[in-house]
Amino acid sequence: MSLDQADPAAPPAAGPAPRKVGRRGGGAADRRVRSRRGGRWWTPWLFLAPALILSLYFKFIPMVNAVTMSFQEVQPYLGNRWVGTDNYSTVLQSHGFREAVWHTIVLAVGQTFGAMALGFALALLMEGQSRRLGFVRSAAFLPVVVPMAVVAELWRIMYHPTGDGMLNSILALAGMGPSGFINDPDTSMASIMVTGIWRGAPYDMMIFLAGLTSVDRGLYEAARVDGASRWQRVRHVTVPGLRSVFSILFILAAIRGLRVFTEVFLLTNGGPNGSTEVVMTLIYKLGLEQNRLGVGAAGAVLLFVATLILTVIVQLLRRRESK
Amino acid sequence: MSESTETALGLTESRSIGGRILKAVVYLLVLTMFAGPLLALLVGAFGDIKDPTQLSIVPSGFTLDNFRIAFDQGVLKYLLNSFFVVGFGLLLQVSVSVLAGYALARKVFPGMTLAFVAILATLMLPEEILAIPLSVVLADLPVVHFNLIGTLAGMIVPLGAWGFSILVMTEFMKDVPRELEEAARIDGAGDFRIFAQIILPMCKPALGVIGVFGFTMIWDQYLLPLLVATDSSSYTLPLALRTLRIDPAVTPGVVMAASLLALLPSVIVFLFFQRSFVSGLSSGALKG
Repeated sequence: MSLDQADPAAPPAAGPAPRKVGRRGGGAADRRVRSRRGGRWWTPWLFLAPALILSLYFKFIPMVNAVTMSFQEVQPYLGNRWVGTDNYSTVLQSHGFREAVWHTIVLAVGQTFGAMALGFALALLMEGQSRRLGFVRSAAFLPVVVPMAVVAELWRIMYHPTGDGMLNSILALAGMGPSGFINDPDTSMASIMVTGIWRGAPYDMMIFLAGLTSVDRGLYEAARVDGASRWQRVRHVTVPGLRSVFSILFILAAIRGLRVFTEVFLLTNGGPNGSTEVVMTLIYKLGLEQNRLGVGAAGAVLLFVATLILTVIVQLLRRRESK
Repeated sequence: MSESTETALGLTESRSIGGRILKAVVYLLVLTMFAGPLLALLVGAFGDIKDPTQLSIVPSGFTLDNFRIAFDQGVLKYLLNSFFVVGFGLLLQVSVSVLAGYALARKVFPGMTLAFVAILATLMLPEEILAIPLSVVLADLPVVHFNLIGTLAGMIVPLGAWGFSILVMTEFMKDVPRELEEAARIDGAGDFRIFAQIILPMCKPALGVIGVFGFTMIWDQYLLPLLVATDSSSYTLPLALRTLRIDPAVTPGVVMAASLLALLPSVIVFLFFQRSFVSGLSSGALKG
């Protein structure tokens, strides 16, 4: 179901029919066509101007500022002072930042794997064409379009730490709990992860479902003839057929995971006891609450470098896939 | 046993009673897991919930008090702010994307690769990474020296150029047949007429995709409004949820009523334009 398959053959107002392409006036028309095709040199730039100006203002200038600020002690009204790599060493040597990096990686990896595993299982269970299935799929997909702020507030209430909180009541049915969830340093990280997986898994499910339609049906047939079990069929036909979907989905989710902010900010804001502090919540606190803009900027540049490295890996992988 | 309906697990083939029951149980479990919490939110918004422990998917009474209190707390104002941001944000984002897409897809000009790379590069610079310097830039825009902090415009303009939308438009416009354009050119049409009267009307499916994705993307914004808003007069609804929750006089029922208002628009947009959404996912997910 790619865009390319969308049907451009039925334009509502397609302008003059192609048949009109004809020679009128011989050489004169040729010249006119040529000059028209080229147009004035600045026409394309006029079309591009809004996009480029907005990108310049809100992407490139801030990025350049981030880099310069990361080498400065930022003092509003007093003028900034160059401090060389001091900010970077402050960041890299701070125990809090290293903790935050570790938490971020744990959260990103856990959420990515969790959402992919659950999403793949859901896709296998929900593959098919019936109407009822379509309804279940749409309902399961809803968490993806719910704003993250709502997701976080809702789960805060569900995670209520007393024994009669919603999820604790369910745990009690299974003879477990009560858990402190986001209020307990031992379970806070796992709780955020579960919330993230709840929102991420249906997204992955949709991508896998799209991928499943492209798996060669003939191979399933062949597997059946060979007497393969359901499990073997999934293991040896479906999974290899979705290899590129797995790898791209994984790395993109990992990149998104590195810059996780909203759910952590709203669920725990790094607490309790710093047990869920991630890079972005730390940068937010440093830069915007404590006004240590230079140190915060250094953290942001490091985060950007990590994202850049992962992105380069994606591109290399994709290039290899397409070969 | 037709090939086209065969699935990896082959679940749809099972016609036995046991198979059917198993399927029903699985679907029910999935529904409970993913739609259950949202159902609890819906029930809670209309219920008399004074305490987080009363959250349940079983309705216990019906009241509009939560919404009444929420409106007293200024939720209507926040909702209008949100609509303002998403309305103008989407208008800006779609206009920017179709214009840029036209140049990148239909034109050959020196510097084209550079422009394309610049657009691609913005994909790697999300608000999160730029948060700190972006708030500095917004406080004093270079050259023009506007201060956008505390204004709704500050939450809109940084979202204007979204690489995803531009790339979707570019890819789609590339596939519009050349013949139509050539014919119009011979008739003397300039670039702007060709863009507006020939290319754009053919791009409705792509417009649907960037419209739906743009809407959910802008509606879901949190960090950017957080950086820009200075006081409650410029809060969007997602931002206001936290303030409501922290207020000791506000019950969880009120927070849920406000949350329901915050999720309805994007859910409605999703349900109405599901097709665009799904087709965009499969092409867009692989672009980030």
